[in-house]
Amino acid sequence: MVRVLVATSRPKIGSAGKTGTWRFRRPVIDYEKCNACGYCWMFCPEAAIVFYEHMEKPEVNYDWCKGCGICSDVCPRDAITMKKERLKRRI
Amino acid sequence: MGKIELLRGNYAASYGAKLSKVQVITAYPITPQTSIVEVLANCCASGELDAAFVRVESEHSAMSAAIGASAVGARVFTASGSQGLLYMAEGVHWAAGARLPIVMAIVNRALAAPWSVWTDHQDAISMRDSGWIQFFAKNNQEVLDTIIQVYKVAEDVNVCLPAMVNLDGFILSHTVMPVDIPEQEEVDDFLPPRPPGAPYELDSNNPMTYGNIADPTCYDEFRFSMHEAMQYSKKMIKKTTREFERKFGRNHGALLEEYRCTNDAEIIVFSMGTMAEEAEIAVDILRDEGIRAGSAKVRVFRPFPTEDIIRLSNGLKAILVIDRNLSFGLGGAVASEIKASLYQEKRKPFLRERVMGLGGRDVTAEIIAEEMEKTLGMVEKEEEVVIYE
Repeated sequence: MVRVLVATSRPKIGSAGKTGTWRFRRPVIDYEKCNACGYCWMFCPEAAIVFYEHMEKPEVNYDWCKGCGICSDVCPRDAITMKKERLKRRI
Repeated sequence: MGKIELLRGNYAASYGAKLSKVQVITAYPITPQTSIVEVLANCCASGELDAAFVRVESEHSAMSAAIGASAVGARVFTASGSQGLLYMAEGVHWAAGARLPIVMAIVNRALAAPWSVWTDHQDAISMRDSGWIQFFAKNNQEVLDTIIQVYKVAEDVNVCLPAMVNLDGFILSHTVMPVDIPEQEEVDDFLPPRPPGAPYELDSNNPMTYGNIADPTCYDEFRFSMHEAMQYSKKMIKKTTREFERKFGRNHGALLEEYRCTNDAEIIVFSMGTMAEEAEIAVDILRDEGIRAGSAKVRVFRPFPTEDIIRLSNGLKAILVIDRNLSFGLGGAVASEIKASLYQEKRKPFLRERVMGLGGRDVTAEIIAEEMEKTLGMVEKEEEVVIYE
């Protein structure tokens, strides 16, 4: 019998911890300007913007958002601005 | 007993894949491989073959698609050669490391630069360290039969490695020969569907990633595991060859195909691909002249048949190795590996190596016979060996 070794892994929720703690700036959506086009949701590389079918407008999940700023960059209405932010507490 | 048809080597490969009931075919065309995939595309379109045909825009994508399909548990087939094989090179290594039993027909074609469409083995040899099992066929019947056999070897739960079946460009791919095409039921009897979970199957209900990062504390274990599987596959290849012969009545050799390698043989010529069939004719020519010659076709280059070569060299006066490839700065690959195999032996035969047939230059039986005679002459005179002139 020969052992076949394969490098695989299964997903674990939050295996890197809540990545929201990595941020030093946070995206803030101006809902007056937002027309719910969905670009921010589509382009977020972390799936940290939620926009389910029952929702009127997309929302940022600040538990996981790493503050990369892509959403702000792609928003065609400039409805998202990146605000400076610092964690008061070190984890 | 199937029906005998006149088939080009490429069509023999297509039939081999079709009879193996492959489930996913993905490939990019390159001369002289193109018609393999054209025939399979036709079979898929007509419904003759129930397989998914994935059109891709490059060989790199072809191997990527093949890896994805194989990871889901499908029996996958692809084909390439020459520049195309090099274009997918990182995927070739990846597939072996991911332990996916993909089978690929390689229509051997010389590498650029300079540009060439004719045959030599440089393309396949340049992938010899990839972890792929490598077979070299000498005629179209062997192409068809080997593809069927190789799925059985590659998919074995103890092997789980991808495999290449090499055929000489134009000499086999575009040359018509009579080929016995076995019945589908007979092949189904010999080759069952791919064993599930070997090595794994992607399932969106139970997601996983594969081919993950492995740090210095464990990466080597994965690689040694591949080497172990390669060594084990020698047994599987011998077993599968015997089973195939029992069922279909044909034997193309297991790791080596020996022709007139009698116990009292003075000289044996080692070669791969169609040169091996010419070598058999050369052996007949020499035997008629009273020279005890034999030919050993290297059917399987990876895993390298070290043990069989040591066995054959026992008591042998001379070896001639003809390489249709050249590792610049060293010499032919087959010759250097035969020498490596024989290093520990107390008594080694005289070994002469020749590099011939690069870029499709013709290697005929007469040339091989002449080279074998020269080799025997050199044994007497203890001349220095020149590989290319």
